[in-house]
Amino acid sequence: MRPWLSLLAALFAGVAAANAAAAELRLEVDIPRMAVAEYHAPYLAFWLKHADSGEIVPLGLWYDDQEKWLKDLRLWWRRTGRGQSRPYDGLTGATRRPGTHSVDFSELPALSDLPEGDYQLVVEAAREVGGREVVRLPFQWPATGNKTVRADGEQELGRVQLRLAP
Amino acid sequence: MKITPFAGTALAALLTLSPAAQAHKLWLLPSHTVVSEAQWITVDASVSNDIFDVDRPFPLQGLTVTGPDGKEAPVDHRFEGHRRSGFDAELSEEGSYRITLFRPMYMAFYQLDGERHRRRGDSAEALLREIPEGAEEMRLSEVMNRLETFATVGAPSDFKPVGKGLELQPVTHPNDLYAGETALFRFLVDGEPAAGVEVEVVPGGSRYRDNHGALTATSDDNGEIKLQWPKAGRYHLEAAYSDDRAAHPKADGRRLQYMGTFEVLPL
Repeated sequence: MRPWLSLLAALFAGVAAANAAAAELRLEVDIPRMAVAEYHAPYLAFWLKHADSGEIVPLGLWYDDQEKWLKDLRLWWRRTGRGQSRPYDGLTGATRRPGTHSVDFSELPALSDLPEGDYQLVVEAAREVGGREVVRLPFQWPATGNKTVRADGEQELGRVQLRLAP
Repeated sequence: MKITPFAGTALAALLTLSPAAQAHKLWLLPSHTVVSEAQWITVDASVSNDIFDVDRPFPLQGLTVTGPDGKEAPVDHRFEGHRRSGFDAELSEEGSYRITLFRPMYMAFYQLDGERHRRRGDSAEALLREIPEGAEEMRLSEVMNRLETFATVGAPSDFKPVGKGLELQPVTHPNDLYAGETALFRFLVDGEPAAGVEVEVVPGGSRYRDNHGALTATSDDNGEIKLQWPKAGRYHLEAAYSDDRAAHPKADGRRLQYMGTFEVLPL
C-alpha cells in the first residue's frame, strides 16, 4: 500500500472507531407534576424521523404493559407502533413518575448504522384521563461536537433536552 | 395509562372515591333532549375516558325515568352489552323527564396481612359482616352517586328536588341551554343549598382533542354555579362533595357525587 493510502485508511479507521465508541445520543425529559385528582403516569414514545426521507427509527417506549392504551400515543402509533408488537423496538420500560428522567440511546444498534443527515427526535406523551403532547428536537447526525438541543412542552411534557456527542 | 385493579370493573368506577375529576367517567347519553311531540328516546350508558364515546357497560340498577307528573315513565330494551349499557324511555306527556341512576352504597377499606382491601355493598351491616377476621384499620364510608340527564317534550316543566344526597336543582332549565348563554345551576345536599361543591364540565368529543378542555367551578354560598356554554354540543358535568352525615353510625363519612349530561343547542 502506498504510504498516503495507508494514512487515509488509518484516518478512516480512527473515525469509525471513534463513532462506534463515543457517538452519543442522550435525552433528558421532565415529566411535570399535575395537580389533578386522578393521576396516571404518562406513556412516552421516542423516535427519530429523517428530515428528508421521513424514515422512522423507533428509539423507545415507556408503558405499563397495558397495550389497550398504546393507540393513544397517536402519532407514534401511526408512524411505527401499529406495525410493531411486544417487545416494542428500542429501549422499552415502565412509565416514569413526575421528575427529570434521563435515557441514553447511544448503544442502540439502530444508531450505529444511522445514515448521516438532518433528523428530528420526536417525544410523544399521552396520559390516561389527561392530555397528549408531541415535542420535536431537530439535530444533525453525526454531531460535529458536543451539542445540546432543547425544547419545552406546554402540558404533558416539561423541558426536553437532547445531548449529542460525536 | 394504567387501570388500577379496583377500577377494572364498571361497578368499581361507579364507586370511585375521587374528587371532581374522576377517571373513566360515567355517563348517560340521550338520543334526544328536546322534542316537539311524544316519542320514545334511547339512552346509552357507559364508563369511558373519551367523553360520550362508549367503552364499558355498567349495571342499570337504580334507574328511574320520572315524568312531568312525577310518575315513573316506561323503560324498555334494558341491556348490558360488551361496550355499553342502554335502554329506551317513553316520553308520552308534554313536559320534562328526569332520567336518574341512583344507588347509594357503602364501601369498606381495611388492611389484611399488609395489603389494602376494599369492599362495597348495598348494606353497611352486610358489608361489615363480610370483613374477614384480623382486618386492621377498617374504615366504612357511604357513597352516593347520582347519574342524571333530562329530556323535554314541548315546553320545559320544573323538577322537584329529591332531597337526598347531592343533586342539581336547575335554575336554568337543563333542556333550555343554548350556545353563548349562561346557565345557573344550584347544588343541593339533602335538599339544602351546598357551598363549596367542586364542579368540572367537559365538552363531548374529547377523543378528538389533546386535552379535556374542562371548565371548573365551585358553588357559592347559595350553592350556585354559573356556566357559560362556549359552543353547542353535549357536556359532561361532574360534581363532588363530602361530609360526615353518613346514615350508618359506623361510617366515618359520606362521599357524594353528581354526574349529569347536558345538551347545548346552537341558536
